[in-house]
Amino acid sequence: MTGAVRTVVRAPAEVLGTPSEPVDPTAPEILQLAEDLVATMRVSPGCVGLAAPQVGVGAQVFAVDVTGHPKARTVHGELVLCNARIVEASQWQKGREGCMSVPDLTGDVKRANRLVVAGFAPGGTEEIEITTDAFEARALQHEIDHCAGLLFLDRVAGAHAVYARKVYLE
Amino acid sequence: MNEYAVTVIGHDRPGIIADVAEILARLGLNLTDSTMTRLRGHFAMTLVCAGPPSAEEIDAALEPLTVDRTLLVSVRGVVEEPAYEPSGSHHVLTLHGADRLGIVATVARAVAEAGGNITDLTTRLSGSLYVVVAEVDVADPDALGVALRSVAQRLGVEVTLRPADADLL
Repeated sequence: MTGAVRTVVRAPAEVLGTPSEPVDPTAPEILQLAEDLVATMRVSPGCVGLAAPQVGVGAQVFAVDVTGHPKARTVHGELVLCNARIVEASQWQKGREGCMSVPDLTGDVKRANRLVVAGFAPGGTEEIEITTDAFEARALQHEIDHCAGLLFLDRVAGAHAVYARKVYLE
Repeated sequence: MNEYAVTVIGHDRPGIIADVAEILARLGLNLTDSTMTRLRGHFAMTLVCAGPPSAEEIDAALEPLTVDRTLLVSVRGVVEEPAYEPSGSHHVLTLHGADRLGIVATVARAVAEAGGNITDLTTRLSGSLYVVVAEVDVADPDALGVALRSVAQRLGVEVTLRPADADLL
């Protein structure tokens, strides 16, 4: 199966603010969605993660790959998870993050630096656990938030913690 | 000691802060709290300063900055305020959604009616996405949360209210 590149939805969009439904990880349409998320992530420069709501689908599926990122420590390579949930989170740290669905803004968000996540691989019938840290942990929390209908904007640290990515005067 | 509120806003260029701060320093004015930022390409300074000169003297000293009509300057004497006493607990309110008229008016009124005090607020318009982040001191955050959910529904936007991070290191 090969993935198709889907159009990325930008805020404001209802799908980005709505909690997604759990999925059947073995369903053919979910396997296709997982492939499409990876394909879309791969063609998007600087993209380290993409969740189903970002391609307009209200399903608890996302892809993450932080390979080669300077802020990453533990790296699992290409990760696709369905129905993911946080099992353990600790060592909270503030860090800057952006989002393909909010392309012109970034924000300071506090995330767990150590994280255990449980979920199903596409096609999987047993729940798997992933233990990670640093930037991969941040990326996973960002994508799990997408599946819960939350953007990083919902978690910014304060009134001066949102930044314009573009310069207005050019 | 006289206290003054000074605002400078206009076309951005390198050196606005240097020009204004130098003039105030030469007059013996001590710059206390300020915000200086770009708002959609306009440069905006709001500052409080204290010192011996009169408002007229400050106005006259800043006047050369306005001659090419690219900067607006205002100087007003203000009464010294007592140190800020926070009331209630500190929260961060975020709102995002499709831009429309009256978002800030509606949400700020809801905060005021719930007895909340907004101590800091920034807004950003990015394409059709409107983002508001406010810091709010509020005694009854649960009641404010209920009011905000109704505001969010009415405006068709997403609103969250969370306790602010108060870690001291």
